[in-house]
Amino acid sequence: MTTSPPDGAAPPSEPRSMSRRSFLRGSTVMAAGVAAMAAGLAPLRKLSDYGSVDEFLQMHYSELKPEQMKVILERMEREVQRQYGVRPHVRDFKPMNGVEFVYALNLTRCTGCRKCVHACVAENNQSRDPGLEYIRVLKMPNGTFDMEKGDHNYAPESVPEPGFFYMPVQCHQCKNPPCVKVCPVKATWQEPDGITVIDYNWCIGCRYCEAACPYFARRFNFTEPSIPSEKLNPNMSYLGNRPRHKGVMEKCHFCIQRTRAGRYPACLEVCPTGARKFGNILDPDSEVSYILKHKRVFVLKEEVGTLPRFFYYFDV
Amino acid sequence: MKTAVRNYFVFLARSASVAFEGDWRYFTWIGVLFAICLLGLNAYSRQLSEGLVVTGMTDQVSWGVYIANFTFLVGVAAAAVMLVIPVYVYRNEELHDLVIFGELLAVAAILMCLAFVTVDLGRPDRFWHLIPGLGKFNFPGSMLSWDVIVLNGYLLLNVHICGYLLYCRYKNTKPAKWFYIPFVFIGIFWAVSIHTVTAFLYVGLGGRPFWNSAVVGPRFIASAFTAGPAIIILALQVIRRFTTYRVPDKALLTLRSIVQVSMLINLFLLANEVFKEFYTDNLHVASARYLFFGLDGHHALVRWIWTAVTFNIIAMILLALPLSRSLKWLDVACVLAIIGIWIEKGMGLVVPGFIPSPLGEIVEYLPTWNETAVCLGIWAFGFLCYTFFLRMAVPILQGTLNKSNESAAAPAAGIVSVKS
Ligand code: SF4
Ligand code: SF4
Repeated sequence: MTTSPPDGAAPPSEPRSMSRRSFLRGSTVMAAGVAAMAAGLAPLRKLSDYGSVDEFLQMHYSELKPEQMKVILERMEREVQRQYGVRPHVRDFKPMNGVEFVYALNLTRCTGCRKCVHACVAENNQSRDPGLEYIRVLKMPNGTFDMEKGDHNYAPESVPEPGFFYMPVQCHQCKNPPCVKVCPVKATWQEPDGITVIDYNWCIGCRYCEAACPYFARRFNFTEPSIPSEKLNPNMSYLGNRPRHKGVMEKCHFCIQRTRAGRYPACLEVCPTGARKFGNILDPDSEVSYILKHKRVFVLKEEVGTLPRFFYYFDV
Repeated sequence: MKTAVRNYFVFLARSASVAFEGDWRYFTWIGVLFAICLLGLNAYSRQLSEGLVVTGMTDQVSWGVYIANFTFLVGVAAAAVMLVIPVYVYRNEELHDLVIFGELLAVAAILMCLAFVTVDLGRPDRFWHLIPGLGKFNFPGSMLSWDVIVLNGYLLLNVHICGYLLYCRYKNTKPAKWFYIPFVFIGIFWAVSIHTVTAFLYVGLGGRPFWNSAVVGPRFIASAFTAGPAIIILALQVIRRFTTYRVPDKALLTLRSIVQVSMLINLFLLANEVFKEFYTDNLHVASARYLFFGLDGHHALVRWIWTAVTFNIIAMILLALPLSRSLKWLDVACVLAIIGIWIEKGMGLVVPGFIPSPLGEIVEYLPTWNETAVCLGIWAFGFLCYTFFLRMAVPILQGTLNKSNESAAAPAAGIVSVKS
């Protein structure tokens, strides 16, 4: 096709060589370009919360030696104090030997009051604005488990409403967790006591785990979280409820700062109906062992093969 | 040795300076692209300082247009092999030089891919956690870590092949076969791998039935081999319109037959998927129903997907008819196919995977203006790269930018004029 120039094409221009003039023009263009670039980057001036060099260079949790961890925890305490004016106690709680945590939830008892949701927010220093919650309670019509029929935003005068049952969902601490498998940088992993944790200082914020989780358990910090200082819970843990920053993932960790110190999770303590049961499945005398042995328990979405450590059951 | 290094730098410097020469149309084009890049950069700076709230993404729909564009562009990059195979496997010598244009397109596409993944990260400052050896690489567990490897590997392969061949042409030496042919063949398999791995990113998620389907991989390849060569056809048309480089008709027609076949396969696979979803009609059909017909009064994607389907079908008919042997109609078919596939495989694949959420919630997604500006910026950046690459490659292939005229510092005169 050696055809004539297509319609709309400009007439041929003369071949030129690089002259002094075009060089000067080139530099002017360059200078203007650099100036425009600087203007384009202007919003970065507001960027202040990207942390220190130490934080930038900090290694993965599994590679931190105890002395390094000590320094890091102190740094975090200072940071929290600077930001909130409250001196917290940040610790790195380790899993206990011979313990594997399991949750059991009695759907006959749950009344859908959402007290667990709010206790969780308070205990775990979740962002109040924008609001971020680990527990979702679904209002389900009797007679189905199709969650598309569930209501996430129910707000009646009083609960429970006849004809419905209520199903709280939070991280199931899966034994075969897809979220851990997909994380490209091992920022999230399963601990020996069965809790899947996130190193908020290692997560790159790709949100692949959020796409992989079949239970909508993960929450991303789309912006800098904000918590009123007086609401801050100063009893903190590295892998648990220390304040997070924007751009990282978080989720339920079975209140690691409580349960690894021998206490119950906040959601359990606050539940007015006793629907929530928690304990060590490796201890044959624990309450959860009893429930798993004697009640007809089930897990959500068994077919996805995640082997949750979170069981539901009905009393009757 | 020293002269070799010096020569190489002279080559680089001369190529770079050629990129900043041209007539007013060239500079207008570059200027406009640069301005759009800046717009994108500005939007991205805002995203950096405020977080991903400035996008339309939520916990429910946690990936959006960034990942959609990424997915589409991986396909474009992979499609460069559609020029490589005829030349190196079937010895179609007419296409020989054109391979370089295809590979340069792949380089530009991969650069855009990398940009799209980067802007999607919540903490881009921690990118070093992804560097094998330095950070903590979840390999082979995470498909995303595979993607990092195959994409960067593909980038290196293509940069090496194009760079080496162009440099040889510049020096008037014959390229040493052992120094590039093995890479060409590795590149063929590698191209398929980049797109397969990208498909596996989705396919591997058991909690998302819409993606968890074996046909997604083959569909990705088929749609890539439709949209990619279609883009190459358009690029070649631009090259022959705005430079003195002669692109033979035969090359375009070879590509046309590739697009033709791939589009048929693509639509066939799509039909398979649609049949399986709607005929089975179990609970898992919800995402597909949302995409094609809307769900419970939510139908943000319905218009888009039907546009895509219509465009694809029209493109297929045009390509099947002898009409598209005329280049004007071929262009129309290519444009329709590119838009159709961009929608189908970008937004049409990524977003419905999240709707409804695993707990049955329907939260819709629409990109915000800021997010769109970032995307436009990256596309402009890609076009800018490809323009520069072509600007350098054309005079080298034509011999006007050559070692022999090094001293006569008047490079690349030939390409400034529109061919007459
Ligand atoms: S429920 Fe989701 S976040 Fe929790 S362990 Fe399982 S897959 Fe991971
Ligand atoms: S968001 Fe963080 S924890 Fe989740 S996959 Fe990405 S890096 Fe891992």
